[in-house]
Amino acid sequence: MTTAAARPWAAVRRTAAYKEIVKALWRANPISKQILGICSSLAVTVQLETALVMSLALTGVTAGSSLAVSLLRKAIPRNIRIIVQVAVIATLVILADELLKAFLFDVSKQLSVFVGLIITNCIVLGRSEAYALNHPPGQAFLDGLANGVGYSSVLLGVAFFRELLGSGKLFGATVIPEAFYRAGYVNNGLLVLAPGAFIMIGLFVWLEHTLLERK
Amino acid sequence: MENLIGLALNSVFVGNILLSYFLGMCSFLAVSRNLATAAGLGVAVVFVMALTTPVNWLIYHGLLAPGALAWAGLPGANLSFLKLIVFIAQIAAIVQAIEMVIDRYSPALYTALGVYLPLITVNCAILGASLFMVERNYSFAETLVYGTGSGVGWCLAIVAMAAIQKKLRYALVPRGLQGFGISMITTGLIAIGFMLFAGISL
Repeated sequence: MTTAAARPWAAVRRTAAYKEIVKALWRANPISKQILGICSSLAVTVQLETALVMSLALTGVTAGSSLAVSLLRKAIPRNIRIIVQVAVIATLVILADELLKAFLFDVSKQLSVFVGLIITNCIVLGRSEAYALNHPPGQAFLDGLANGVGYSSVLLGVAFFRELLGSGKLFGATVIPEAFYRAGYVNNGLLVLAPGAFIMIGLFVWLEHTLLERK
Repeated sequence: MENLIGLALNSVFVGNILLSYFLGMCSFLAVSRNLATAAGLGVAVVFVMALTTPVNWLIYHGLLAPGALAWAGLPGANLSFLKLIVFIAQIAAIVQAIEMVIDRYSPALYTALGVYLPLITVNCAILGASLFMVERNYSFAETLVYGTGSGVGWCLAIVAMAAIQKKLRYALVPRGLQGFGISMITTGLIAIGFMLFAGISL
């Protein structure tokens, strides 16, 4: 039974798309590299909810800009490609910003300027410059999507620990039992402040390096 | 006046654009290995930020804000959704112009700052300062103070980081934490230090 179930999976594993996704998500996804790309997004990791909305916006913009740049790749003159790419990304970011304002107004207030700052996110431009400019649209879209999910995983990881340990909640609902607080447990206020994010990332990277070295 | 001094202190220390809003991290981590280059980039950022933020204020309130086009007979026009793309284009243009002016009039300064100027266009702290200026409804005077203060704060942070990195070379750091990990934790500790200024109010 297991072999029958494994066979279609093995076929999937051989496709180019699968290989691209694995590469973007795991092999070429050290936390340090992803964080450099999304540095400014760290500001929205105090709560899981804002981090999730930010992740969706970021993934949408990365996938969309990779797709659009790849579709236009034969029409873009070499010399002005950077400015064309910035224009494509800026248009998508404006769209994302307006959509958030229309449908998720409260969250968009909390995200404030950080959605707009996706434009200066080095990795969105990096993906379209390094990958989308010389690959067909389907692959470029998947690459952008997988890279977006890659950053989102780091962002959500940081947000999970900051919200859980910093305010004892997940998605705004209290999860640390009242009995803990009565027994003397205290929320770690440092994690809610900015330094908490830096230290959290430092610890994540430490864990990652230690695990990879053991392998 | 007191309000402006308070804003200046806040933008340099407690509300430091790098340490509490995470803006400009890419160049912060890439260039903080050497004290002299860090100081060079820091000064360039102060310069560009002090110039672009007020210019963006003029553009925003003269052309883009809701009702700003009343002088052209379009009192209902609201172009504020264009601010992202206009700001980034304006920053790129100003950086380019500064580069040419410095090259023409001060070759020594050009060789010192030249390589950093193109880097600055993609520094999210610059765009971030302009966007915060709109979001917080600063007046023109406040914008001037805020833009300069944020630049100075960024410069202080990168110089402090470069000095610490120099000492860190002689420290025994656990293997998995070397490099990026310890830089992040050090940044966190600098951020705690800057936060201590929160008690000061004018």
